[in-house]
Amino acid sequence: MSVDLFINALIAGLLLGGFYAAVTVGISISFGILDIVNIAHPGFIILGSYIAYIANDRLGIDPIATGIIVLPAFYALGAVIYQVYYESFERRGQDPLRGLAFFFGLLFITEVLLILVFGVDYRYVKAPYIDQSINLGFVNLPLRMLIPCLISLLMLALLQLFLTKTFIGRAIMAVAQDQLALQLMAADPVRIKRIAFAISIATCAMAGAFLIIIQPVEPSVGREYIGRVFAICVLGGLGSLPGTLIGAMLLGIVESFTATFYGPSWAPAVAFGLLLLTLAFRPSGILGR
Amino acid sequence: MRSWLFFLIACVVGAAVYGGVILLHNEYYFFAGYTVLQFIVLATAWNILGGYTGYVNFGSAAFFAVGAYTSVFFHKTYPLPIPVLIVIAGVVAGIIGLGMGYLTLRLRGAFFAIATLAMAVVLQTLIVNWDYVGGSRGAYIIRPREIAVIGNYVQYLFLLMLGLSIIALTVARIIERSRLGFGFASIRDDELAAEAAGVPTLKLKLIATTLSGALMGMAGAPFPYYIGYLEPASAFGLQYAVNSIAMPMIGGTTSWAGPLIGAVLLGTLQQWATVTISSAANLLLVGVLLVLFVIIAPKGILGLVESRRNKKG
Repeated sequence: MSVDLFINALIAGLLLGGFYAAVTVGISISFGILDIVNIAHPGFIILGSYIAYIANDRLGIDPIATGIIVLPAFYALGAVIYQVYYESFERRGQDPLRGLAFFFGLLFITEVLLILVFGVDYRYVKAPYIDQSINLGFVNLPLRMLIPCLISLLMLALLQLFLTKTFIGRAIMAVAQDQLALQLMAADPVRIKRIAFAISIATCAMAGAFLIIIQPVEPSVGREYIGRVFAICVLGGLGSLPGTLIGAMLLGIVESFTATFYGPSWAPAVAFGLLLLTLAFRPSGILGR
Repeated sequence: MRSWLFFLIACVVGAAVYGGVILLHNEYYFFAGYTVLQFIVLATAWNILGGYTGYVNFGSAAFFAVGAYTSVFFHKTYPLPIPVLIVIAGVVAGIIGLGMGYLTLRLRGAFFAIATLAMAVVLQTLIVNWDYVGGSRGAYIIRPREIAVIGNYVQYLFLLMLGLSIIALTVARIIERSRLGFGFASIRDDELAAEAAGVPTLKLKLIATTLSGALMGMAGAPFPYYIGYLEPASAFGLQYAVNSIAMPMIGGTTSWAGPLIGAVLLGTLQQWATVTISSAANLLLVGVLLVLFVIIAPKGILGLVESRRNKKG
């Protein structure tokens, strides 16, 4: 194994990990903090990718700009979904089994709708930075990976600040710990959860834009990400954003090494294998609470 | 009703179905009917774990594919008659079910569901990288045109699947009325209380995953002969996972009749939609129905019937 190949694989893994952090942060909020098993999350990410694709293809807008523009729309979508979920499952005290089936159905519906509208062709975006890269000695930094990674880190930092410094952010953390106590502090737990869930869906707009910059997208790509997001979320310890970042970097590095030294067709199994092992041996994750 | 009596009645109904399809004089009905029957087996198998014990399995497609690839493997090494393959596939898938149970059943609820999804992808990657059974290129299975006694090969496959669905339904009904079934129900209602009351929950859950996995594998075994060409993406298709969840949920998860009703309704509807609209549209239909039913009628069709009966009485 040559040193420069090793270092390049390591750096590619770190860049990939930064992107994975953006993909997972929404799940860390909805699943980790709110205990809502939103397996439809990757479906909304793909939806974000397709919106970025349309804006880029028709109007020539930069995908990341599109991601920022549609943030409010995704926020609203998340609020609506939470309301439906709350009215039909949480309030009635239904067993979580049906909530799971509900999100599984949503995932399926978004995927099939996208197939019906766009077909199963791979779509990609055009932006000036996609083909360029920075070379530092033998280290190669493709901008198509570097830019999503940096913006993703910024997004994570902002979310972490929001969750720890603002009133609503702290209320979101509190709702995970003790809903009744929060109610006694005169905060409406349903409203707080709705805001948190809406934020988690809003992150999909950004993650979707990153995804289509990094790789061409077709509707069923989302499925590969189900395993990745939950693997990272569980690996990092549920509901902790720094944990999410560590988990994402770890998975990125492991996948990058697998792809470099064994071939890319083994990469999907890595995430799931890691997830199975974590679940079997350390369910509370690296930074478990 | 005694179980053997139920089995006999099921056999009579099965024979009537078979006779009815022969009278239609159209091979298409055997072809379409096979798919519906296959979904009866899958839905019933899913319900043994998902409906009776309350553990959601998203990996149905994996067990199904294990069954299908067992057939492909033996087709290449040492061709065996399909009934033997069904038994072998059942054993292999059952062992995988047991293994998955050991790894994941200490986890409650959502984690188990995610782990099954993970297992499906791991298995798919293994198959994609396993060249002997075709890898990502897929494998061709040339099926004989004719078979002794019955004649038409599709008719033979139909008959096999009919037999399997009768067995699956009988097994599900026996479980429901036995100590095993009450144990399962206690896990579903309150696992902690069940364990405190001395129910051997881990053992029961392992029995449920093994049985459920074995039946799904058996449903998959004849599939390569039916389809003629098997590739990982079709064997691990999301439609199996979605259908085997949607059918019991729509029919009702608490009794053997639920998956049967759901599979017959949804299966027929899908066959109709595939022919008249498009195959993507029929999947959309399943997704929408699943979401509507879990929101509006959480106990499925059986639940609706029951509540209407209660109102009258």
